[in-house]
Amino acid sequence: MRQPSLAATSWSTDLLVVLTQKEIKVRYKSSWLGYAWSVANPLAFALVYFMAFGVFMRVQIPGYPYPLFLVVGLFPWQWVANSINMAPSTFVANATLIKRVRFPRAALVASSVLNDGLHFLVSLPVIVVLLLAYGFTPSWTWLAGVPLLILAQFMLIYGIALIVASLNLFFRDLERLTAIATSFLFFMTPIIYPFDNIPPRYQPLLRLNPLSSIIGAWQELFLAGTLDLGAVAIGYAWGAVFLVLGWLVYRALSPRFAELV
Amino acid sequence: MSAIRLEGVSKAYPRYQHFTRGLKQTLFHLPEVLRTLRAQQFLALQDVSVDIDHGETVGVVGANGSGKSTLLGLIAGVLQPQAGTVDVQGRIAPLLELGAGFHPELTGRENIVLNGVLLGLRRAEVVSRLEAIIEFSEMRASLDQPLRTYSSGMVARLGFAVAAHLDPDVLLIDEILAVGDEHFQAKCREKIADFRERGVTIVLVSHALGDILRLCHRVIWLERGRIRASGDPASIIEAYVAASLDPGHR
Repeated sequence: MRQPSLAATSWSTDLLVVLTQKEIKVRYKSSWLGYAWSVANPLAFALVYFMAFGVFMRVQIPGYPYPLFLVVGLFPWQWVANSINMAPSTFVANATLIKRVRFPRAALVASSVLNDGLHFLVSLPVIVVLLLAYGFTPSWTWLAGVPLLILAQFMLIYGIALIVASLNLFFRDLERLTAIATSFLFFMTPIIYPFDNIPPRYQPLLRLNPLSSIIGAWQELFLAGTLDLGAVAIGYAWGAVFLVLGWLVYRALSPRFAELV
Repeated sequence: MSAIRLEGVSKAYPRYQHFTRGLKQTLFHLPEVLRTLRAQQFLALQDVSVDIDHGETVGVVGANGSGKSTLLGLIAGVLQPQAGTVDVQGRIAPLLELGAGFHPELTGRENIVLNGVLLGLRRAEVVSRLEAIIEFSEMRASLDQPLRTYSSGMVARLGFAVAAHLDPDVLLIDEILAVGDEHFQAKCREKIADFRERGVTIVLVSHALGDILRLCHRVIWLERGRIRASGDPASIIEAYVAASLDPGHR
């Protein structure tokens, strides 16, 4: 190709921008409650889990009101779940494009993950309102913590989504498997229970969950206003691992996408 | 230096239905699946070498399944060959399907920007050409309506309008002249002739032999994944038509 690499890089940025804009526009056009839905979903689940576990089963969280604890874990989780659950259909939904036009296909996955990430970002005011309602105040640490954690979480989700999206063209069952895997992952991540509630012998097992440290870091940032640098480092380590894995899988399989999709 | 150069290119498709039948089936029959995969290949192109010069317009004819679309897909870079090399110089405008990548929920205007960038333009370039694209599409009135309200002819018109403003060095056309009304088809032909005058390299796949005869400098005749003949449009097309009409041929 003739294009110099610098121009190609900035074209890739343009591509990512227009694809992400597309995702956002489509989301808002097909339902005028777009923003409300992205907030309503985790709030509704927070309510359900609060009723089931807080009221009926009387789970106690030391130090924090249970509904608040649920919300600060469910909002970042929503980004994880939405992006990974969408991943299997990302390439399939763009079949004609992939068959006809040559462009970096990974941009489709990236824009979908970015779209969900932006929705997480704009839902942060809801968390602030709830914190204030319970007498907590947001901390200045957020200014550093939020971007830091968003980047780590983006790397992790993007890597996973690349793997799922690429493999799904070869094994179409993956779509169903992914839905099962994300709900399994949800209960294996300290979101509706705190990490300290896990019996010690199971704790190492849950530490193996790539998402538990980053979700834990979000909870601590929102509730205590502190940034657990150890958890952030583990989050970045997992992010790097999955980004590399995702890229390797994508690079190996993408030359065949146009024949399969 | 040629604009498009294919050397000894072969393209085979595994019979993917054995592969995509599902995870369980594939895993349970893995050795068998792997064994049959090679045996079950479909050779779409076999040892094809083509050299197309800058500014040349080349037509590709052949029966269904002879490998025409695979050839275009390889030149467009969406398919990778098993053997041989494909080398294309410059920006490619793949008019393989008008409006590929359009989204039904976006408006015509939004789709122009999305499509223009997907096809390789910078965003600012699309915006600066927006007026010309709208003018060419003759669809100013419906431009802010969602694409799902468009007729298929209108979608094709918008798709061609974007593609016509790409500034391509290489133009790949797959049967797109068959869409739209008479007025639009005439406009497409005019634009393609214009590209041709400006020295754009064009590869045209079509069953409309009249178009091929009128536009092309050279014709390649594909048969079952191989080049059967290549050369002067009039004589190749004559031979191709004679062979297609021959009842004993297939």
